[in-house]
Amino acid sequence: MPVILILREKEYEVNHGMTLRDTLNKIDVQPEAVLAVHQDQLITDEEILIDGAVIKLIAVISGG
Amino acid sequence: MKCRKCGGKAVINMRQHKLSLCTEHYLDWIPEQTERFITKYRMFSPQDRILVAVSGGKDSLSLWDILTQLGYQADGLYIGLGIDGGNGYSDLSQHLSEQFAESRGLSLHVVSVPEEFGATIPEMSTRTLRGKGKPCSVCGLTKRHIMNRMAVESSYDVLATGHNLDDEAAVLFGNTINWQTGFLARQSPVLEAHHPGLMRKVKPLCRFYEREMAAYAILQKIEYVYEECPYAIGSKSIYYKELLNQLEAERPGAKLSFYLSFLKAKDEGLFASKSTQDRTSLNTCHNCGQPTTAPGECAFCRMITAINR
Ligand code: SF4
Ligand SMILES: [Zn+2]
Ligand SMILES: [Zn+2]
Repeated sequence: MPVILILREKEYEVNHGMTLRDTLNKIDVQPEAVLAVHQDQLITDEEILIDGAVIKLIAVISGG
Repeated sequence: MKCRKCGGKAVINMRQHKLSLCTEHYLDWIPEQTERFITKYRMFSPQDRILVAVSGGKDSLSLWDILTQLGYQADGLYIGLGIDGGNGYSDLSQHLSEQFAESRGLSLHVVSVPEEFGATIPEMSTRTLRGKGKPCSVCGLTKRHIMNRMAVESSYDVLATGHNLDDEAAVLFGNTINWQTGFLARQSPVLEAHHPGLMRKVKPLCRFYEREMAAYAILQKIEYVYEECPYAIGSKSIYYKELLNQLEAERPGAKLSFYLSFLKAKDEGLFASKSTQDRTSLNTCHNCGQPTTAPGECAFCRMITAINR
């Protein structure tokens, strides 16, 4: 099973076993611009994403 | 990753500080650091009455939360802009600000732009040249005017805003690539009031990354508006933040050092003469009493006259 990352309405499917930081770079999301939630807990960018994980990404950058 | 303080599971890793923390220790760390910045930049003391500009977003609500936790006397000011943008932006942010205040027994002043001036911010911007299709310039001018007025009228000692490091670094970046020396001279964690119609302004969160403030709001379970103001989409400040984050990804701490070394250079006298010049040339608006560079009415009062014509 892959890892699924959800940012707003977008869903990304990637292979498991990489760190969150590497995964974000792979899907072209700036690691500094999001926070990641796995099973209701914030996780750090060093966390290795496990098989079947569903990660909710929260955009943190606002403008104006 | 482990929390540096207790060895428990870390929820955030701040690469620029080489510091990772668990929820409990992160929720202690942010207010401790805020207190440190308040003291370092001589922002205010426990005797001062603080007015916090609250937008319903993560930064301003977190700031209000932190200041009251630290024991400061802080009231809120919410400014209703009348922006809908298909997602009811203003209504939702007002609701969340009021809910925050109520649940903690804090007092919140609410000023509605459409009620007070007869037009919403987007309406105002279509009726004036200042608008040029985007309401941000009208919005900024109006918010500054109302914040100053409310703080001066209600005799607060200081106005606090929730600007974070990413906000400050983006403004600094924009002003630097255009060498806007006048703006650079005025960018600071503390803006002294050099005029009786002006309120002293402080930015206690100016050294926290935007990501850290979002993490604080989430871990502290603060309900904030997640959706952006519709006019922020595609803004220059977001573009600059992305550029700076690209730099940050390769060189952790780049954003912070860009801002801190600017403050240091300024402290050492860079831009000093210019700022003295700015200060002495302020006039008083005949209509509202706030300062203006040209004699007569200030830019805000002129705009209000123009839209009501
Ligand atoms: S994005 Fe523009 S219009 Fe929206 S709140 Fe910010 S300054 Fe005002
Ligand atoms: Zn801990
Ligand atoms: Zn005026």
